[in-house]
Order: sequence, then C-alpha cells, then structure tokens
Amino acid sequence: MMAAVRLLLRTVSSASSCAHSGSGTALLRLSPTCSSRPRAQRRHAAHFAFHPDPVPTKYGPTVKMNLFQSITSALDNTLASDPTAVIFGEDVAFGGVFRCTVGLRDKYGKDRVFNTPLCEQGIVGFGIGVAVAGATAIAEIQFADYIFPAFDQIVNEAAKYRYRSGNLYDCGNLTIRAPWGCVGHGSLYHSQSPEAYFAHCPGLKVVVPRGPVQAKGLLLSCIADENPCIFFEPKILYRAAVEQVPTEPYHLPLSQAEVVQEGSDVTLVAWGTQVHVMREVATMAQEKLGVSCEVIDLQTILPWDIETVCKSVVKTGRLLISHEAPVTGGFAAEISSSIQEQCFLNLEAPIARVCGYDTPFPHIFEPFYIPDKWKCFEAVKRMINY
Amino acid sequence: AVSAVREDSKAETWRRCGGCRNGSDSLSKETVLNFYQKMTLLNTMDRILYESQRQGRISFYMTNYGEEGTHVGSAAALDPTDLVFGQYREAGVLMYRGFPLDLFMAQCYANADDLGKGRQMPVHYGCKDLNFVTISSPLATQIPQAAGAAYAVKRENANRAVICYFGEGAASEGDAHAGFNFSATLECPLIFFCRNNGYAISTPTNEQYRGDGIAARGPGYGMLSIRVDGNDVFAVYNATKEARRRAVAENQPFLIEAMTYRIGHHSTSDDSSAYRSVDEVNYWDKQDHPISRLRHYMTARDWWGEDEERAWRKQSRKLVMEAFERAERRLKPHPDLMFTDVYDQMTPGLEKQKEAMWRHVQQYKEHYPLDLYEK
Repeated sequence: MMAAVRLLLRTVSSASSCAHSGSGTALLRLSPTCSSRPRAQRRHAAHFAFHPDPVPTKYGPTVKMNLFQSITSALDNTLASDPTAVIFGEDVAFGGVFRCTVGLRDKYGKDRVFNTPLCEQGIVGFGIGVAVAGATAIAEIQFADYIFPAFDQIVNEAAKYRYRSGNLYDCGNLTIRAPWGCVGHGSLYHSQSPEAYFAHCPGLKVVVPRGPVQAKGLLLSCIADENPCIFFEPKILYRAAVEQVPTEPYHLPLSQAEVVQEGSDVTLVAWGTQVHVMREVATMAQEKLGVSCEVIDLQTILPWDIETVCKSVVKTGRLLISHEAPVTGGFAAEISSSIQEQCFLNLEAPIARVCGYDTPFPHIFEPFYIPDKWKCFEAVKRMINY
Repeated sequence: AVSAVREDSKAETWRRCGGCRNGSDSLSKETVLNFYQKMTLLNTMDRILYESQRQGRISFYMTNYGEEGTHVGSAAALDPTDLVFGQYREAGVLMYRGFPLDLFMAQCYANADDLGKGRQMPVHYGCKDLNFVTISSPLATQIPQAAGAAYAVKRENANRAVICYFGEGAASEGDAHAGFNFSATLECPLIFFCRNNGYAISTPTNEQYRGDGIAARGPGYGMLSIRVDGNDVFAVYNATKEARRRAVAENQPFLIEAMTYRIGHHSTSDDSSAYRSVDEVNYWDKQDHPISRLRHYMTARDWWGEDEERAWRKQSRKLVMEAFERAERRLKPHPDLMFTDVYDQMTPGLEKQKEAMWRHVQQYKEHYPLDLYEK
C-alpha cells in the first residue's frame, strides 16, 4: 500500500483569475511620501556599451540575433547536422532560464533535448559518459556559480581522460556551457567568473565570447573540438548584445586572440563583457589623452594565444589586463607573468591589472566592485605617465 | 492528513494521526490565530515585495505562495533555540519566530539596516538572534552542514535540535545524499524537512525522480520518515513536534516530506505560464490553499469571521506598507562594508584595495552613486 503522492487534479477553470498574478499591483498604491521612482531604487545604467561586430560577409546570409539567439542557432545547427548530439541540464526542455534552448526540444525530440535532475555533478558525469560512448554531449550548467559540484568530474575526469588512458579514451565530445559574469544585481552566486579555476587544469579548453557572432562561431568550434570545452556565456549580454549573425554554421578558431581595435601606445586585454568596457576606455584614452590603444579579445582562456599578446606588447610596450574575477590568482596574473618573461625589455611600465577586489561578489556594492571604465582609464593614464 | 510510508516496509514506520479535523486539540485559539496571522502577513509581504521588484524598486524576489503552512506549522513545533538551515523559500519560519518586517525589507532593499550588510540578493535572510542561518543560493549545500551542526549540538547536551529545509529538487544534489547518510551514521538530532512543491523552476517531479518521492529515501539511509499534507498546518505541526521530540531524545535524524504546491513563479526571473497551466495553479490556489483551509477551521469554531478578516487585512497591509516605505527611504550600507568579513580580520592586502578604491572614487566621484550610501 503505497503512500499517496500528491495528486494533480485538473478542474475546469473558474471565472476568477489566478490570485498570485497581477493582484499585487492594486496593493502598491503609493503614499504621498513615496515618489513614483525613488532615486535610491532606480536601476543604474549598465557599466558598458555593447560594441557590435561588423556584419560578417563570408559565412552566408545573416539575421539579427541577440546572444541567446545566436547560442540557439549554434545548437540548432549542431542538432541538425550531428544525429548523436544531445543537449541536457536543468530546465533546458522548456527553453532554459535564459532561453538558449527555446524550440529545440519540439524540433528535435525529447530524447535529444531533456531535463536532468537537479545535480551538477551528475550533469557533467553523465555528459562525460555520453561523450566517451561516442555521442556529442552539450551540458548546460544553469549558472557558472553552480559549476563547483561538478569540479571533480571536470578536473579529475574529463580533463585527464585522454592522458590517463594513453589515448584509448577521451572526452572530446563534451562541451559544457554556463552563464557567466556580472549582471548588475547578481550578488555572490549569480555573478561569478570562474575561468581562473579551470585555467589551472591542463586538458580543458575554456572559451568566453564577447558577442553573438563570436559566440556562435566559438561554440561550434568548441563542440567540434576534440577536447572537453567549457564555454562561458556573459549573461549580461544575452539580450543586450545584438548583431547580424550568419544562419549557417561557421567556425571561429580556438586559442586565437583577436585584435578588435588596432593601436600603438597601450595594449588592452580582456574577454567577454569586459572587451566592450575596454573599447570605451580606448575611445576615452584617445579623446582625453591622445593615447592610441590596441584592444585584444583573448577569447580562449586556455590554451591562450600568447603570440598575439606578445606581438602587441612588443609594439606598444604597455599592457593592461582587466577581468571581473578577483585580482589575486585571476587569469590576468598568468598573462602578466608570461608577458613579462617574454617581453621584459619591451615594457615601458609595469603590467597593470584592473580586476575585481579580493572579496566575494557583493550585491549592493557592485558599482564599486567592478573594474569599470574609469578604473581602467586611470590605469592607462598611470602607465602612460610612468 | 498524515500518511505513513509503506506499511510493508521493514523499517519501523512512524505514524501519527492529525489533520484539520482533530489534530489541534492541544493548540489554543490564541496560538491558532497567530498561525493564521503569520501566514497571511507573509502572503501580504510577498505580494507587495513581488510588485516592488516589477517596479524596479528591488532587484529580485521569491514568493512563498502556497507553502505558508509548511513554514508556520514546522516553526511552531520547534523551540526558539533550535537551529534552522533553510534553502530560500522558508521566510514564514523567520516570520513566525518574530523577524520584524523592517528587517525583511532591509535585506531585500540591501539598505543600511540589513543584518547581512547589503552583500546578498533579496530573500537571502539570516538572523543570529533567531537561530536562522543565513541563506545561500547554491542548492542543498545546507544539508550536510545541518548534519554537522546537529552533531555539535548533540554534544552540547542542551535540548536543542536542528531543522534543515530543502525542496524536492535540491534533494537530487549529491550534498543531500551526503547529509542524509552522515546524519544517520553519526546519530544527529536533526529534522530534515522537504518541501515537495511540485516544481524545481520548470522541472516537474516526474523529471526529478522516479521513486516514491523523498520520504521513501529515508529508510534507505536508516532514517525514520513520514509524508505529510504540507497544506494542513496542523499535520505539519504534529509531525514536526514529534520528530523534534524524538530527534533530541534518541539522537537520530527524521525526514518529513511535506506535500505542497508552489503557487507562485520560481522567482521574479521566471514566468511559469511557460511550463504549466493556469488550471493547475488555480486548483491549488482555490481548492487546497493552507491559508484558506486554516481560515475554514477557525470560522467553523467562530474564532474568526468576515469582520476580523477585513480588519486584519487592512492592518497587515498597513504594517507591510509602512515598513516598505521606511526601507525605501533608508540609505545603503557604507561601501567600506564591501571589504570586511572576508576574514575575521582585514588583511593588509584588502586594506590597500579599500584605500585604492576610495582614492579612485574620490577622484571620479561624479561617476559613483555615493549619495545613496551611508557616509
């Protein structure tokens, strides 16, 4: 005699509307002492201005897409061309909390786009198994902040599968996607940029796109790549970043940094959202200081393209690296150390890092925490005057 | 009603009679009215704060609609010194214990009165005085922590228990397995309280598990378990009361699975019409709501009527609105608080970073919202 589990009874809906939705509005008629939009609660403007890529011309027809739509497009292309490909994670079936998988389950079937139980270590472990058995596994972790239960599977298993087996087995078919980075109000657990933890793990590839065109091409390259890849998607850009994106599949190279803007006096290196901050810093430096900045989007954190950065620093003699993650042990430390080894005599000033402070990511203090354009601009000024 | 788990099970099954009809003979009218007022006050606060997020006044919110019975019933069965570990949908426990509206609001507004110093998203409450451990977003992390806390509390020999709340989705995490197993093997005075509310964001229970819910897992760990009607505040009270008594007396964990329904969206970032029908939600809202069921119980005894309802609705709304307006006007915490409590003591490195931040902000002050923060 099994205990009864809750029964869901469907009844004919009554005329009354659902109590929880909408009726709250009537409750919030304001007293005279409350202004309708108190200054204290106005949402502050975003800390960046998205700089769209020029329209790609060599990949066929393009369509206007935001970042989440460009991800959907990459996934759609993959499911269409690769019959073994499956997409799974929490809430992906209805389209995902950021709408990256909208429409895919209906189009390709519930055996290919499916929810898993709520368990990140399970999602990645399962994904490794899918990959090892020869199918293409695309695992979604709901927020990068929640990837840590899967750290053991990623670092001890996925990354080391090929090496430890003498190349008998590998996790090349595994790609892990996760929303990443600050979003204005994400606080400790919806804002993290964990790339540095994974950069310390040989065997993995770690990739961060700056916009829709890059995202689709880089994600398709990650999926095609024969190594386990982690693809971090800047969540603040999901809606805000809009570009013309090719509808057909295309691949952008991994481990190749891109000079998004040429310059002669200072090299600025960043990835993800921060690339757009740097572009604005470059404009400010030109206008206010007459300084010409070269902006590099690193794109792949591991294995990273030291050649492109070196080539730039040899030219400019000055390097500023910026990321939201805390400065100590952040990936800027690796870049800084390697560049001073390779380009020591070319440097006109110490390498600057403008990063998050060494604290957890704070909620109400976010405007003070993030490495915004003013902090980066000030660092450029100091380097020029060194 | 309270149902037992598997009569044919080899493990001792634990039964309790209870329910709206006869389960509350030991509770005074005063106590029951307090249950009702706390549940409805929570509901009123939820409506106002949900709306305030829609208006851009706070950044985020999670409502507790439909689960008020699980909060108040269980909280009422505990001692005030019992330690509470929650997930994020247990605000009614804190409300029952007396956490003031001003402090709920302060946390949601991240203003200078927030006990958490403005660092966390809304609804991540914590209160040392009320023995409610600060909420964190990652799911199920509190479960093994609760086991450890219960072990330490056992050794204190102070007649204290620990309760650990989580949803049926969080129960899928590896940490849940760890917490259940540790608490049983290490003989901890701990109540595991699972709010089975039907959904983990969009994921319904049949995609979360295929076994007989969460209660059926208990015997697998050697843990006595019970399933209750979570929308019957008296059943929840009775089950928790008995679990607490035995957990402390016998130093073993108990698992209560409270069947309920998440009437609201997962959060202000969710629109649940994308994955469930209005009919389904309406059923629970209209036919099986813990607040309505308690009200019927009270009106049947002439403890409550339309006049009392009208007066209370007006008063509770006034209380919430006054706290809300006060919270809106309050400044945010001093930005120095971004750097403290990383460790118990500030490190020299953090001191330098703080000084650098202020130097920078002084130089570029027109670009930072300093007026909104305490000086």
